[in-house]
Amino acid sequence: MDFLRQPNKFIAALFFFALAFIPTIAVAIDDNFLIVFLARVVIYAIAATALNIALGFGGLVSLGHALFIGLGMYSVALPANLGITDGWIQLAICIFSCALVGAVTGAVSLRTSGIAFIMITLAFAQMGYFVFVSLKQFGGDDGMAVVAASDFFGFKLSTATSVYYCALSLLFVLTVWIDKLRQSPFGMTLRAGRQNARRVSSVGLALRNYQLTAYVLSAVVCGLAGMLLANLSAYASPSSMSWVVSGDLIVMVVLGGMGTVLGPIAGAFLFLGIEEILKAFTDNWMAIFGLLIVAIAMLGKAGVVGWLESFGQNKSLQMNPDAMVETRESA
Amino acid sequence: MTTSLLLAQLLNGLQYGVLLFLLAAGLTLVFGIMSFVNLAHGSLYMLGAYAFAVVGTQTDSFLLGVLAAVVTGVVVGFVLEKVAVSKLYQRDHLDHVLATFGLVMFFNEVVRMIWGPQAVFVSLPEYLSGTIEIFGFSYPTYRFLIIAVGLLVAIGSQWLIHKTRVGMLIRAGSVNPSMVGALGVNIRFLNAMLFALGAALAALAGAMAGPILSVQSGMGEPVLITTLVVIVIGGIGSVHGALYASLIVGVADTLGRSYLPMFLRQVADRDIANAAGPALASMLIYLLMAIILVVRPQGLFPAHKEK
Repeated sequence: MDFLRQPNKFIAALFFFALAFIPTIAVAIDDNFLIVFLARVVIYAIAATALNIALGFGGLVSLGHALFIGLGMYSVALPANLGITDGWIQLAICIFSCALVGAVTGAVSLRTSGIAFIMITLAFAQMGYFVFVSLKQFGGDDGMAVVAASDFFGFKLSTATSVYYCALSLLFVLTVWIDKLRQSPFGMTLRAGRQNARRVSSVGLALRNYQLTAYVLSAVVCGLAGMLLANLSAYASPSSMSWVVSGDLIVMVVLGGMGTVLGPIAGAFLFLGIEEILKAFTDNWMAIFGLLIVAIAMLGKAGVVGWLESFGQNKSLQMNPDAMVETRESA
Repeated sequence: MTTSLLLAQLLNGLQYGVLLFLLAAGLTLVFGIMSFVNLAHGSLYMLGAYAFAVVGTQTDSFLLGVLAAVVTGVVVGFVLEKVAVSKLYQRDHLDHVLATFGLVMFFNEVVRMIWGPQAVFVSLPEYLSGTIEIFGFSYPTYRFLIIAVGLLVAIGSQWLIHKTRVGMLIRAGSVNPSMVGALGVNIRFLNAMLFALGAALAALAGAMAGPILSVQSGMGEPVLITTLVVIVIGGIGSVHGALYASLIVGVADTLGRSYLPMFLRQVADRDIANAAGPALASMLIYLLMAIILVVRPQGLFPAHKEK
């Protein structure tokens, strides 16, 4: 049986299949919160998957991806306020602005590496945050309401259910694509560069171009998540660009398993799930959550998917974080 | 655009700059020498501000408040280094980001639990709340004090790093820590002390900023990010770079905020200027950083010439 050789794919297919029925169940038990919550989780899974292209495959520790979520949100909110609700135009604005900003900030940030790269991506995201805070005519600090939902040829993202289905379809397509991308020459080069940049360069590949492409790709996909988020919450505010959101995304990717296809999705579900459970117990859930994140960092970062895979057959293919650290340090 | 306004803004920029330097000095050493990404540096600044606000208000003494902040910084910094940070030196930067990000969430929430979400206000003692008259205009005494303290710390850190044995070990440790360890120096203790010193400076910055900014949960993060810009501009690991970059960023930001909108109003349409002015002013230091990185990726004053 094919699926036994690839248990991950089988589980993933089952998972997506189950998720497709959530709205039906939510209607049956009359629970609107469930659908809104899961839509948010799926959207964050898209964003985490996007970050994984740069962080997991490319090893680019970007602490500024919230910027692109924010850009995606404003590319819905601003046109909608001007009366442009056509989703395709908004999509074009989103892709163009994210690609442009991603290319410019990526090109500058990639001139450095290591600690400096982390700090610069963070600084650029903060710049975006302050720009939108200071633009008083776009709501400034308070943000602005999305007056009308995005309209794709009559399919309007006006209800949580429609956003949910749209997000889920996107996540599915994205997952299949990422699986292909990971094995493609592009993905292989990127991952090789993460392990040893010098060797990749000496083979004659212009690693920085690969990294920049990965960064821009990840920016654009993050923007798409932002578009969906703006439609779900009917709101866009600078706080979506705050560095905490970028940090959350990193935690999701690492929690699930960086560099894996399904890890970021598992991470988003776990992260937001734990958050929701802790919120039910105490108002000061962030104190507990913070310590949990510290514990995750101290324990190492194979992630849930890496941990599951260590039980599977493809043990030899599984990444070994410690070995990776060693090769990088010896580089 | 009078000269006295310009002078006042320059002093404001200088005051902001030295405050940034207090944060940047410790952080750049932790970055440069231990190669550790410490996002929780802003939390130490916040804890310093709270220690100052609580002790200063209880005892009604400004000096005791500052002392409490510094002691808090040293103790929390030392404990943090021993419990978590020292275990992470050997890991890669992503683990540092994760762990310190978790710590930031933890500290912000603990502070909110104890003192609530509202800002805590701190009043200045009478001898500091007045103004001093110079060049025909008056400027707050307290801001002069901040500038003086910042410059004293700058001179002190230069002396520590370049003229003392400890400083020599710190510089040696930044080049080759294992060699320094092999020569019989307790490099782990040195790292812990260095981390605690950086924490103390951050807490001091928090205490000094307490009376002029609002003391509240999450106050550390915006200033942390500006500090990161300073460190990138100055060159990672370079204390004198941090000093120059702090002053450049402090003055550029302050002048940009007051003069850019004014300047735009003269060259562009009023509506456009009102819209773009503040946005451009808030982008200024980041643009500065980007331009410097394009020209010199290693920063303006790198600690090591070639690595």
